[in-house]
Amino acid sequence: MTIQAMTSAERLSTAMSFQEPDRVPFLLPTVMHGARELGVSVQEYFSNPEYVAEGQIRLWKKFQHDALIGFMYGAVEVEAWGGEVIYRGDGPPNSGNPFIKQPVDIHHLQVPSIKDTPCLQKVLKLISLLNERSEGKVPVMGSVISPFSLPVMQLGFDHYLDLIYDHRDLFEKLISLNEDFCVEWANAQLEAGAGAIGYADPVSSPTIIPRELYEETGFLIATRVIARIKGAVATSFASGRCQEILDDVQKTGTVGISVSIHDDLAEVKKKCYGKLTVMGNLNAIEMRRWTPETAEMKVKEAIAKAGIGGGFVLTDNHGEIPWQVHDEVLLAIAAAVEEWGQYPLKWVNNYD
Amino acid sequence: MSEYKTDNMRLNEFENALLAMDKMAIKHLLMNNNDAVSPMQQIEKMIVPVLERIGNGWEAGKVSLSQVYMSGRLCEEAVDAILPREAPSRVSTPPMAIAVLEDYHLLGMRIVYSVLRASGFNLQNYGRCDIDEMVSFIKRDGIKVMMVSVLMLPSAIQVSELTHKLKAAGCKTRVIVGGAPFRFDDMLWQEVGADAMGYSAADAVGLIHRFAKENQA
Repeated sequence: MTIQAMTSAERLSTAMSFQEPDRVPFLLPTVMHGARELGVSVQEYFSNPEYVAEGQIRLWKKFQHDALIGFMYGAVEVEAWGGEVIYRGDGPPNSGNPFIKQPVDIHHLQVPSIKDTPCLQKVLKLISLLNERSEGKVPVMGSVISPFSLPVMQLGFDHYLDLIYDHRDLFEKLISLNEDFCVEWANAQLEAGAGAIGYADPVSSPTIIPRELYEETGFLIATRVIARIKGAVATSFASGRCQEILDDVQKTGTVGISVSIHDDLAEVKKKCYGKLTVMGNLNAIEMRRWTPETAEMKVKEAIAKAGIGGGFVLTDNHGEIPWQVHDEVLLAIAAAVEEWGQYPLKWVNNYD
Repeated sequence: MSEYKTDNMRLNEFENALLAMDKMAIKHLLMNNNDAVSPMQQIEKMIVPVLERIGNGWEAGKVSLSQVYMSGRLCEEAVDAILPREAPSRVSTPPMAIAVLEDYHLLGMRIVYSVLRASGFNLQNYGRCDIDEMVSFIKRDGIKVMMVSVLMLPSAIQVSELTHKLKAAGCKTRVIVGGAPFRFDDMLWQEVGADAMGYSAADAVGLIHRFAKENQA
């Protein structure tokens, strides 16, 4: 019997219900590559949601992946708070000098209003355009930076760690403001048509802080915030490890987890099965040097480790494919998923 | 009782105190050492090996970056108290410097700087700079070992422009790179023409000693 091909929405929904869809769902977060498609600079591309929507649709047609990215650049959130954004031609816009110059500045911060902040309105417009053009067949992923991780850009990483350890009262004050912003921002994206929200929380990773500190900070914050977001949330540690905190992450209310190349993908899948969908873990930094053959080998390896039984989405381990990764490699990844990702994954039993 | 403790027991205690950020215990362990030991000997016997252990622990995924940062910061403060910033016994040769290339994320550089200062080194901190600024600082200060920290991939790739410009300018400066892109692609440091890559801050100490020996030869 021939199995009817599923839409991307059906494929993701089945996989996230821990069943096997027609093939392994995959996502290539080619956030900047649309600028190349349109022949415009990265800065010009992100200046207009129409450009980004057009770029995302072209990339989706080219790679046939299973979600559209309703995201522009992480620094948009710090821009919303009045921070500086630095553009460059060969990478994502980055946050500039932190706008919180000293901890006492936290007393004077005000949560930005979503409706009055043009850079956030651009993102909402993008989500709405993508939703309209994909006619509900391909889910649009929204994204927020966790209230616990946003201060890296608000204060600078070293000063933020000093704040956590030395000024817990001001830390709590900042987190409280960030939580309100994060919830409002996530819900605005859901209202604009995002199917789910990616919750980027790299500081919570054991790569960055010890588990004991996570349990009294990032874990509690994620649990409070995710409960207030009116849709599905998947957690990303942006290349950071997650294996040691899986039991905690499962309790935050998230439905998915991104896996680092420094984690054991098979082990994470085993521990999360039936509880969290596992997403990962192609090495996007190394990807710029891959040949099509390497890409195929890496895709096979990941599918062999985590594909069986559903509950797995193949993607990169960071949440953004670098500008330097060429289409040849991305097309090879797409072709390898098409060839090796068809369920049932009978070949995996003989995979060495 | 404390005088009967083995060196290893002392190191374990000091490591635990640093990871727990127990300032009282850190001070006590440093003060409780033999008075006949000079500050430099204390640094070499106690601080350097423990910071190296913590750095290795991070590489092995057993210690978090915040613990590496705080350990370096606490040791740097402790060492500044026993060995003034401009003390002649600090290691200043070969002339060395650290900087962040292009990015605005300074944590990696801050960690390496603290670990090196806590290990008794004296080095220039150029902060954030672009390639031309870095080349001019290197030439001005006669820097022989330049440590370059990056966070973003485009900045890591730009190191090749730095190494080319240094060669073109006739500088025999050794370039050590570090940062996330190099950790996720272990061939990248060679591709950009660096002389070495540090996986953690602790690696910097060994690499500087290696290049110092070459410089003397």
